[in-house]
Amino acid sequence: MAGDRIFGLIVAVLALTYIASAKQIQTSFLSDPVGPRAFPMIIGAIGALSSMFLVFRPDPDPEWPALRTFGALAIAVLVLVLYAYALKPLGFLLPTAIAAALLSYQISPRPRYAAIAGVCLSGGLFVIFKFALGLGLVPFPAALFG
Amino acid sequence: MELLANLSLGFSIALSPYTLMLAVVGCFLGTIIGSLPGLGPSNGVAILIPLSFTLGFDATSALVLMTSVYYGAMYGGRISSILLNIPGDEPALMTTLDGYPMAKAGRAGDALVISGIASFVGAFLATIGLMLLAPLLARVAYLFGPAEYFALYLLAFCTLGGMASNNQAKSAIASCIGLAIAMIGVDNTSGMPRLTGGNLHLYDGVDFLVAIVGLFAVAEVFFFIESHGKESSIGVKLEKVSIPWKDIFDTRWTMLRCSGIGFIAGILPGAGASLGSFLAYMSEKSLAGKKGGFGTGVAKGIAAPEAGNNAAAGGALVPMLTLGVPGSGTTAVLLALLVTLNITPGPTLFTERPEVVWGLIAALLIANFVLLLMNVPMVKVFVRVLQVPPAILLPGVTMISFIGIYSLSGSYFDLLLMIGFGVLGYVLRKLDVPTVPVILGILLGGNMEDALRRAMVISDGDATYLFSSSIAILLWVTAVLGFVAPMFMRGILKKPQRVTD
Repeated sequence: MAGDRIFGLIVAVLALTYIASAKQIQTSFLSDPVGPRAFPMIIGAIGALSSMFLVFRPDPDPEWPALRTFGALAIAVLVLVLYAYALKPLGFLLPTAIAAALLSYQISPRPRYAAIAGVCLSGGLFVIFKFALGLGLVPFPAALFG
Repeated sequence: MELLANLSLGFSIALSPYTLMLAVVGCFLGTIIGSLPGLGPSNGVAILIPLSFTLGFDATSALVLMTSVYYGAMYGGRISSILLNIPGDEPALMTTLDGYPMAKAGRAGDALVISGIASFVGAFLATIGLMLLAPLLARVAYLFGPAEYFALYLLAFCTLGGMASNNQAKSAIASCIGLAIAMIGVDNTSGMPRLTGGNLHLYDGVDFLVAIVGLFAVAEVFFFIESHGKESSIGVKLEKVSIPWKDIFDTRWTMLRCSGIGFIAGILPGAGASLGSFLAYMSEKSLAGKKGGFGTGVAKGIAAPEAGNNAAAGGALVPMLTLGVPGSGTTAVLLALLVTLNITPGPTLFTERPEVVWGLIAALLIANFVLLLMNVPMVKVFVRVLQVPPAILLPGVTMISFIGIYSLSGSYFDLLLMIGFGVLGYVLRKLDVPTVPVILGILLGGNMEDALRRAMVISDGDATYLFSSSIAILLWVTAVLGFVAPMFMRGILKKPQRVTD
């Protein structure tokens, strides 16, 4: 109930914002009968309309995970974001091993197992992609080896 | 005769050792991907696209490899359905209904062989159907103008939306999310940036590969973190595998009927393989009546959904190749592959790039035989794969997704976007909002708008032009029916629940 209602409201707000920003799209002097604004505005309108259905006739709630699981999910997202930023400056091997180990730990909380899984995945994937498939991965931090 | 000439062209390409090797590799990878719980044809193909692109395959090779993976994943999906009671992908859900009870009754090997052969029959007949029907449909497709294309895109969203969720409003929202994302970037007609929020990274628009990998692969990791990978220990033992000739002979008509049903369901734009296996199972169930014992582990209950599912996988290629409108989530991913390879699907594909189309069809025929060999005598190899623990598999999948997207663009922005799509996919699926319409929207949004705008240029802004031809009217009517009808048929079309222990 509540889940769908909140989702419906969020979609409604986003759809209205979308319509508002679609109105701001600049048109050039060379334009067609429809122009660049109409289609996005139609989409926004349909989205807003459908969201009202969710607000007024919501489905039963799904089973939301416990707060701790949400914590684990948040950590996973954080790890992935940091991994995305680390990939370029730190090379492939180190960030991949850490990120894979942390993800593995979130799925099955066994520290030693996770650490080994991370190291093996990092090394194994590097060998496969670098040598078997020939992708240009950089193994180590660029700063170390210039 | 033209068909034979075309086929021989196709086989001359597909039988080259290199292409053949790709087909075998693709089948092998595909079966593994399909059988691993949490990886299905959509996300399996999705994480491989960026890689096949960076590896620099030419169009035919990439297409052969990826469609073999696609067919292979369709075969493989049944393995985890039968042994673990976890559908490896969505269409394999129906296979759990009889497959798992049969496996629990000690006939796991029989169930795997029957379903493997049913898969082969379905996929083989559908490939023949594709061969016969696609050129015909390609000829009809020449009659399609912008008004008809616009109606066709709408039809795809409506039928997919009608089938994909139990709540039409949710699938409509999903389509809108996809279409809204597709609008971001520089407008083709006016050359002005739209809805980018001034972010330079967004001027090129959102790459659909990033969205696909995020929604399908990264979101899966979050689900496994939520469940702590609990659900995936093998519940039944597989002793020796023999071929149950009697069961196979008894189910011959079931396989044929279900291949037909599945193929037709697959052709419908947007409906896809899930509908195929569902209709096949339900029709056989009502045909057999109460005495058929469906749901208790009968051979027909395994053969029906597998034949339907694999036939639908072939059928879904028909609208994808001839009209550029995918018939299922995975064909949407394959369409993404075609677009990445700079191949424009549609009627002109058949006249201008016959080697691509017929090479692909020939490769599919070969892939089918390879898959039959892999899935019946060698099925034990893939059962072993199921024992890879999720705590290794899922981090591996994530890292491969990152490598793929990173090697495509080399920008951390795309990686962040991919994580964002992963979170979005998790939330949407939690709320029972289907994610396939989002993909379809991102993929087709630009074309859909173009069709509308071109139609309006032709008619000088007269909206009635959209309904001016009989084809267009037919498509509009089907679209509305496809969206509305499932609301009234909820009672009949209710999806059966999974078997619980």
